[in-house]
Amino acid sequence: MSDMRTEAHPGTYGDEARPRVGFFTDTTVCIGCKACEVACKEWNAVPGDGLDLTGESYDNTSALGANSWRHVAFVEQDRPLRVPAEELGVDRGDGDGFRWLMSSDVCKHCTHAACLDVCPTGAIIRTEYGTVVVQEDVCNGCGYCVPACPYGVLDRREEDGRVFKCTLCYDRLQGGLEPACAKACPTESIQFGPLDELRRRADERLAKVVDEGYLGARLYGRDPDDGVGGAGAMFLLLDEPEVYGLPPDPVVTTRDLGRMWLVASIAAGLLLTGIRAAVGGRR
Amino acid sequence: MSTETARRHAAGSAATRDSYYGRPVIKPPVWKPDIAIYLFSGGLAGASATLAAAARRAGNDRLARSANLTAGVAVSVSPLLLIHDLGRPARFLNMLRVVKPTSPMNLGSWLLTAEGTASGIASACELLGVLPRLRNGAERIAGGLGPLLATYTGVLVADTAVPVWHEARHELPVLFAGGAAASAGAAGMLLTRPRDAGPARRLLLAGAAVEEVASAVMERRLGELGDPYRNGPAGRFARTARTLTLAGATLGAVAGRRRTAAGIGGALTLAGALCRRFAVYEAGFQSARDPRATVEPQRRRLRERGGA
Repeated sequence: MSDMRTEAHPGTYGDEARPRVGFFTDTTVCIGCKACEVACKEWNAVPGDGLDLTGESYDNTSALGANSWRHVAFVEQDRPLRVPAEELGVDRGDGDGFRWLMSSDVCKHCTHAACLDVCPTGAIIRTEYGTVVVQEDVCNGCGYCVPACPYGVLDRREEDGRVFKCTLCYDRLQGGLEPACAKACPTESIQFGPLDELRRRADERLAKVVDEGYLGARLYGRDPDDGVGGAGAMFLLLDEPEVYGLPPDPVVTTRDLGRMWLVASIAAGLLLTGIRAAVGGRR
Repeated sequence: MSTETARRHAAGSAATRDSYYGRPVIKPPVWKPDIAIYLFSGGLAGASATLAAAARRAGNDRLARSANLTAGVAVSVSPLLLIHDLGRPARFLNMLRVVKPTSPMNLGSWLLTAEGTASGIASACELLGVLPRLRNGAERIAGGLGPLLATYTGVLVADTAVPVWHEARHELPVLFAGGAAASAGAAGMLLTRPRDAGPARRLLLAGAAVEEVASAVMERRLGELGDPYRNGPAGRFARTARTLTLAGATLGAVAGRRRTAAGIGGALTLAGALCRRFAVYEAGFQSARDPRATVEPQRRRLRERGGA
């Protein structure tokens, strides 16, 4: 079956193509300050959603959506952050056996992006930086991208009718600046750069934190062979992805589109044959 | 640590083991019930257009007329439903600014445009009693495209991350084909005098059988993912659909030349097919809201890959 997925690399841009950029979010140094959420809202003029106190740790944003393009997750766990010092034979304090995981989530800017694939108007495009952007002047608010995204990133802004998500600060990139969230992050938990460079940095950082005994450390979205062809935004997590509200093995559903059309065509053929058989020949 | 804080921490860690505070991983669709009605009207339009063309060829002009007009009405209602569902209805023509094979909604818009034009011409000629050759030509085009209009909606909903839809991608087009056949047959029975409605009755019975079998197969193969079809709004719609479809088909089968009985059988079957589309539509929302439906199959996939 032919592969119908769209590609990350902006082949059609020719000379204007730029190296693919993205984010590497190192959650081991996230302090949950939400400066990324604020900077994103300010730069992109994203409206507020009102204040809703959820009681879910320090998280009152709850999820990514039309009005939240960065979302810091807070997870409280009754387990130590690292392997106990005496087991490692090193000299350091071990805390109180409780850990607080924080992670700033964002659009993954997938290599094979389901939202871009299914968008019927061509409003969602691949930019010259390999990022995925919704063109606000084209989107007609059909909402198809909303359930298509395997990460639940996109949503419709009710009072506006259109769909909004992270643009990886397309305007800032064109001006030679890094995205607002990365710029505002005080601990360099959010790192911006060319994807190749970020992947190298992520690998090095993972090796280091594993060495230091961090429990559950793993990279998420790093693998170019995963269900979305690798993400443009990858993460160093300290637990299973689902603990942070991320899907453990996301897949771009367009992968199966050729076969789906085949099934629909066969069903259509059967319907045609069935109707003709029910009617029969000339009376 | 206070008792209250300790309790919250314990609850917090329990709630966050398998999901993030029980919140959905994917976003539920933002569609309104227009879309469920469209899944029905598109199927009715497509299969009726094919029924009209086949009946015309067979010389059954009365059945051809009623099927032609049914298709015309159903295909006219469909774009109105779709446009009403848009966040920016004034921009509906943006659907046709590109041809995009990776988007079932884009191809569907083109398909509906073509079908609407052909079917619209055919029913206008029928109503006005003019240009029979143009009518027959348009009817044949609409009849050829109709079946795909009835089944592509299976691809439309299956090409999403919604587990109960995507994992039913091999059954949904067949289910929708059955529902479309049953609907077109039912409308034919309702609107055509019994002595000309034989083909419509056969179509109703065959379509209802395919619809019921495809639903049962889909629900069984979905396993736990198919829970929405047994609970909540989707479960109620699914049970109602089964009852109505079986009652309609039974009445349709025994009605013979009794026009009232045939009409009621047709109406019940139409209602059953509509309920079935609502069951599929609602199941998508229930499935998307359940983080376990998204996470569990993915975990299993990772385990199997790890084990292999």
